[in-house]
Amino acid sequence: MKKFLSFLYVIIVLAFVYVPILILVFYSFSSGKTTGNFEVFSFKWYSKLGEIKDVVLNTVVLAVVSSAIATILGTLGAIGIFYSKGKFGKTVNGISQIPVVNSEVVTACALVMLFMALGFAHRSMFGVYVGHVILTTPFVVLSVMPKLKQMDGSLYEAALDLGATPTQALFKVILPEILPGILSGFMLAITLSLDDYIITATLSPLSFDTISTAVYKSIALTTEKASEKIPIYRALTTIIFLLTVLVVILNASVKKRNRKGEVK
Amino acid sequence: MRNEKVIDRSAYKKPVKANRLFTFSRKQLCIPYGLFLVMFVVIPLLLIVYFAFTGEDGSFTFSNFIRFFSDTTKLSTLFISVLVALAVTVICLIVAYPVALILSKMKGNVAMIFLLLFITPMWINFVLRAMAMKELLSLLSLPLGNMANLIGLTYDFLPFMIMPLYSTLIKMDRSLEEAAHDLGAGKVKVFTKVTLPLSVPGIISGAMMVFLPVMSCYVVTDTFSGSTGFTVIGKLIAWSFLGEGGTLADIHGGATISLVMLIIMFVTMIATGGFKNENNARGTNL
Repeated sequence: MKKFLSFLYVIIVLAFVYVPILILVFYSFSSGKTTGNFEVFSFKWYSKLGEIKDVVLNTVVLAVVSSAIATILGTLGAIGIFYSKGKFGKTVNGISQIPVVNSEVVTACALVMLFMALGFAHRSMFGVYVGHVILTTPFVVLSVMPKLKQMDGSLYEAALDLGATPTQALFKVILPEILPGILSGFMLAITLSLDDYIITATLSPLSFDTISTAVYKSIALTTEKASEKIPIYRALTTIIFLLTVLVVILNASVKKRNRKGEVK
Repeated sequence: MRNEKVIDRSAYKKPVKANRLFTFSRKQLCIPYGLFLVMFVVIPLLLIVYFAFTGEDGSFTFSNFIRFFSDTTKLSTLFISVLVALAVTVICLIVAYPVALILSKMKGNVAMIFLLLFITPMWINFVLRAMAMKELLSLLSLPLGNMANLIGLTYDFLPFMIMPLYSTLIKMDRSLEEAAHDLGAGKVKVFTKVTLPLSVPGIISGAMMVFLPVMSCYVVTDTFSGSTGFTVIGKLIAWSFLGEGGTLADIHGGATISLVMLIIMFVTMIATGGFKNENNARGTNL
């Protein structure tokens, strides 16, 4: 009985999480504009996805490029922090935590002030990229750090003793060892960047929209024109949802296979 | 034999010397990141302080603070933000704790599947999730307003509470609970005296993932408040900077509220004993 009740509770919370998404998925196949009356089954809104092609492209390019920069910067940063014994590394590590706990609004608006003080335009693509790199790099550092701790420290010294240059030792010894941390940091950076609204909204040129800012305009501004695209976003959500499910399943099955391999 | 070794060494060492300009020690690798942080994190934070304490003419003044603390609408927004953030944190905690506890007691594959089910929605853009909840509310003909705001915020932040709680509970030494039980503690007592105290780190990092972001997350309140609902302090900061058509409206006022937010952040950090990175929900990777 107790087991059943706790199972029921988990199902109820899962329903709370999934029902809104599934309703969106369901009505994305309706030819009508509103949820609540399912007119005719159609792919009408999917065929209109081309209208928001630019928005999706902006989001993906921003996420991939800023995450790549964040991954390089954060990986080098993590290695540097880990191997500097003195105050320097500790200070960098401490400052690196600030954007993690700071609210995004403050991070974004502080950048506006910086660009203003330097006499730059406060809305620019450069600003958006800087904002996203600030937001994501600390998480790359956090992902890479545990792998450095797990690594056998004498490997690097052994490589140097055997005649490798520091650069060779970095690329041939350290990087392969911490690669899993770097990859998960990169993935984390991408999800954070995809999810961001505030930094993009505050720093991007007004003509630049990502999924977050475009959807915000449609749902928060209640004008007739703004809500026109909502049905297309339903179709978009369905596609994102299906892709996510696919990635999660693939990821889980790969991990499971790897785990089995280790047992052997 | 000996001779050979000597030759070997010099042959290997040479390139290092030849490239002396390009050699580096490992700790120097964080210089680019350090410079980046100084430029785009430290200096901007100092600028917040600077702008908060200066007037339009650049002279030192407290007038921005006087202006903020005598403006009742702004003050009440600050007060409501803190209250709402607390409320959403508590609601998320009450909903999420049993889920995390039940999941942590499930076995192998079943636990894995349920965990993945809870993580999957985190990868859908949170504005799209807000839209989904808004559509559900309109389907149930629930009006926009304070109640809708709370539901929307809970919906968007719930996953961030479940993950840190789960990762703390799963690492917990279960034999402690059994020991307490064997020593005669009842089920309630085992929970309040053993399980709950041991999961405090998870509660703290979950609360940090919800409390502070809720105060700045004006996207959700803009979506759900309609004409009657509350807004959060983040909106005031953003508005100070983003006047009509993206012009800069009131930098000094915005800097002042930002500084107030920073102080709230530090107070929360100190009160909760710092931020535990290892339990960070954003850092949960499966």
